[in-house]
Amino acid sequence: MRYLPHTQEDIADMLKTIGVDSLNDLFTTIPEDCRRKTDLKLPKAKTEWELNHHMSGLAAQMAVCPDYTVFIGAGSYDHYIPEVVKQLLSRSEFYTAYTPYQPEMSQGTLQAIYEYQTLTTRLLGLDVANASMYDGASSLAEALLMSIRITRRKKVAISRLIHPLYRQVVRTYFAPTGFEVVELPVSDSGQTDMTGLEDMETFACVAVQSPNYFGCIENLAAFEEKIHSDSKTLFIVSFTEPLAYGVLKNPGSLGADIACGEGQSLGIPRSFGGPGLGMFAAKKGYMRNMPGRLVGQTLDIEGKRGFVLTLSTREQHIRREKATSNICSNQGLCATAAAMYMATLGGTGIRKLAALNHDKAAYLQGLLKNAGFEIPFDTPVFNEFVVKFPKDFKKTYTNLLSKKIVPGLSLTPDYPEFPDHYLLCATETMDKADMDLLVKEVTS
Amino acid sequence: MKELSELNFPDDVMYSDDHEWTKMENDEAVIGISDYAQDQLGDIVFVELPQVGETFEKGAEFGTVESVKAVSELFLPVGGEIIAVNDALEDTPELVNNEPYTGGWMLRIKLSDKSELDQLMNKSAYLESLKG
Amino acid sequence: MKEGVGTTGLILNEPFLWEKGKKGRMGFSLPNNDVPSSPLVAELLGEGPDFPDLSEVDVVRHYTRLSTWNFGVDSGMYPLGSCTMKYNPKTNERQASLPGLAQAHPLLPTELAQGALKIMFDLQEHLAEITGLPAVSLQPAAGAQGELTGMLLFYAFHMMNKERRTKILIPDTAHGTNPASAALCGFRSVPVASNAQGVLAPDDVEALMDEDTAGIMVTNPNTLGLFEEHIKQISEIVHTKGGLVYADGANMNAVMGMVNMADLGVDVLHLNLHKTFSTPHGGGGPGSGPVCVTKKLEPFLPVPRVMHVKNRYELSYDFPESIGKVHAFYGNFGIQIRAYSYILSMGDQLKTASQLAVLNANYLKESLRDIFHLPYDKPCMHECVFTDKHQQAFKVSTLDIAKRLIDYGFHPPTIYFPLVVQGALMMEPTETESKENLDDFIEALRQIVQEAKDNPELLLQAPIKTKVRRLDETMAARKPCLAG
Repeated sequence: MRYLPHTQEDIADMLKTIGVDSLNDLFTTIPEDCRRKTDLKLPKAKTEWELNHHMSGLAAQMAVCPDYTVFIGAGSYDHYIPEVVKQLLSRSEFYTAYTPYQPEMSQGTLQAIYEYQTLTTRLLGLDVANASMYDGASSLAEALLMSIRITRRKKVAISRLIHPLYRQVVRTYFAPTGFEVVELPVSDSGQTDMTGLEDMETFACVAVQSPNYFGCIENLAAFEEKIHSDSKTLFIVSFTEPLAYGVLKNPGSLGADIACGEGQSLGIPRSFGGPGLGMFAAKKGYMRNMPGRLVGQTLDIEGKRGFVLTLSTREQHIRREKATSNICSNQGLCATAAAMYMATLGGTGIRKLAALNHDKAAYLQGLLKNAGFEIPFDTPVFNEFVVKFPKDFKKTYTNLLSKKIVPGLSLTPDYPEFPDHYLLCATETMDKADMDLLVKEVTS
Repeated sequence: MKELSELNFPDDVMYSDDHEWTKMENDEAVIGISDYAQDQLGDIVFVELPQVGETFEKGAEFGTVESVKAVSELFLPVGGEIIAVNDALEDTPELVNNEPYTGGWMLRIKLSDKSELDQLMNKSAYLESLKG
Repeated sequence: MKEGVGTTGLILNEPFLWEKGKKGRMGFSLPNNDVPSSPLVAELLGEGPDFPDLSEVDVVRHYTRLSTWNFGVDSGMYPLGSCTMKYNPKTNERQASLPGLAQAHPLLPTELAQGALKIMFDLQEHLAEITGLPAVSLQPAAGAQGELTGMLLFYAFHMMNKERRTKILIPDTAHGTNPASAALCGFRSVPVASNAQGVLAPDDVEALMDEDTAGIMVTNPNTLGLFEEHIKQISEIVHTKGGLVYADGANMNAVMGMVNMADLGVDVLHLNLHKTFSTPHGGGGPGSGPVCVTKKLEPFLPVPRVMHVKNRYELSYDFPESIGKVHAFYGNFGIQIRAYSYILSMGDQLKTASQLAVLNANYLKESLRDIFHLPYDKPCMHECVFTDKHQQAFKVSTLDIAKRLIDYGFHPPTIYFPLVVQGALMMEPTETESKENLDDFIEALRQIVQEAKDNPELLLQAPIKTKVRRLDETMAARKPCLAG
């Protein structure tokens, strides 16, 4: 096997040094009754060529561009990833390194993450960002728990327009804690309805997503005023599409205390849902309550600029059960990819790309509206939106799948009060012709 | 870490088993950690202190001190109400290392029960306990 | 003497991204807009982030230079204990980047995602075979999230029996994350000391185990690199009191094909695909931390579960006792592909891999025992733990030895862990290092130990050949500077 360098001669020499006769004799500390009785039943080892063939065959069973036109966003977006990002990320000095425990030989990772933290704070309009969390969902769960630690309150409010899968993760994280999760309803405009939210002083935080799951941009400024009517309650903004902040006002400028969400849009392939990137940023005052690793700037003994993992007393290996989180390995390489992507775009590029995303979605939305379909929410969107199709649309949907078009995602399983409503997404990768074809197909 | 003989233990403060010192100024107690404690902890990078107005019993945890790789809890040598905390430690926690008995003070409290002072050690008793 | 690998070369400086570039540059190939532009209402518009404008060349030079300041498994030996830094096969990268897999949307109708679902299903089957635990969830995104998932399973299991147990036993040789993971589920950790032989004594567990204790979290082999030889008896004690046994599988690389975790009484085990199954660690992740469980705990596993029904793969949410979800989608699928690809490349030679990992660790142990203090002198598994006791006389410590190893071109071992050993040097060579590499590493340590006697300053000043020297961590923590 090409990954195992030992020759029979090596093995014999080494066994001799150790003073045992066989490889099996190395395992004498495993009592006989703990030894495995049967051999491993695994498929016969494949050669590199056989493996390529096998995997290519499996990959061919997947519906992806350019064969298929997929109009699903819903927390995982199709954006063009520059070759530069892929090539640089495949530098194995980056991807075969461990967590930078030895900073002197990990300055590449450390500066890259420090720059990621910096670009993240600039994108989200907050003071400090961590080195990443697992995904948008666990970022949100951790942000809610953080607000409970800070305020010592036992209740959080989250919008029902936060991604339904994120809310499921929140429920799972909260199940054993005894803390309460209150969900805020959906208004007629496809935004969070906060009118019924009272007794703000009992809530550790209020969390909303913008653009929300229906694609609608939330009125964060109005929420902020209401939430901060109690000085301790934290305002958390969740997101699934960070590219939106290329044109929209960012969460920090609208008064968010914490912004957290999914960064997959920033140069990370969708990869069937993972690995993505949990982004997490907060106001400076909450720095020591943040979960996750942080890279900080410092000097070496000769006065040269360098970077280290810092404020680690918050973390599991030191504060043990009182840690701010149990996270160790995060999504470091994905954070590096996101930084590369943001660097490639630059300030000028991200504005243009974000505007282009909005143009595409607005075009498709307008086209469907003109074709007579109901656009139920008259609220500005970024790159996805809800459309109500006729009652018998399911048949059309299945029919379109056979024509290699995936016309959006049904909202009904998660929002039964919205039958026949579909969530559609169009990013910069969607051609006008594809959108025209979709509308032609759904109207025919 | 230094030898005991290299450390400073003033006569005018009282010491606790948890290595805090207490000094009476009029009716108020000023509290900090001893030179021995700061030396054991190494470079202190952060001190977390309670809010003014909170009341703690003797022996209660009132905060933490952090070095780069460790967190230690702080325990009140005598109970009472916090009437002042040393805000300077927020930006210059190294005061606890450099001036443990002066600039590195942590709390000023109004005692709940003056008799608790009797349970604290004087310098010689504390030194004896450190030699253990 | 043979020339070592550690040397100096031309290292290029590189400023921050935002210290480069010029307004108006762009390193991105923007698509043409083929639809009418549709401006957003002004009140929603922000100023856009203050990112530097860079050309493609600016970006390429930047990250290429940064990468040269790093050290990875591809650069050299990385014997970081408990981290299993084995070689990351290149073919795995190819498979994960196949467009059909890398570009797949997670919410595709399942009939259009059969390839990905088959990979997940088969990987689960293979991991079940390797661990002996029949049901697997691939959803946890890393080892710590696997631990959390395991603790959520404990919680759900006891709640089904209408019990809110509040404690959990955690040995002092377990992984450092365990108490924090248990605390997230409201379990208070009760430490269990290991005995003089470095393993758990059944009596000690018996004395602590009661009906308010949810179970035990064991790392086996433990962080001293020793097999918990009383594990069966300990499992029995815990089970008798209604508790469950969690095994932290971070050290699974020692025992593939050698033990069956179910036979040892383990109820839940997490694996680190980025350790045992060769996926790259990415400078801090992404990892993947699948959990493997007994039939008894299967109903509680996260949803959706991948099912194989009538020759089709489906995702099923129909498990009413499930703990729910720990990841928005199905975990780090891209990492799962790599582990799957590794298992298919290795086949039953995974057992050989474990044997050679243990061979390498014991070879290091025997070759270094005359120069370093060995706190537990018995055959080790895939890693061995030494201390700096013999070197203290020269006023050099584990940290100094570690830093000097960098100058010799090796990544240092894990240091000051496990906590039960003062000044620990925890070495895990892995099976992918050849005898020559181990010999070079041994020779480097021998020279360092000699230097400690002759010229300790070389150790105290180390490293000197790196881009930066020792860094001021106190300053970093006192005056945190986390963004530029």
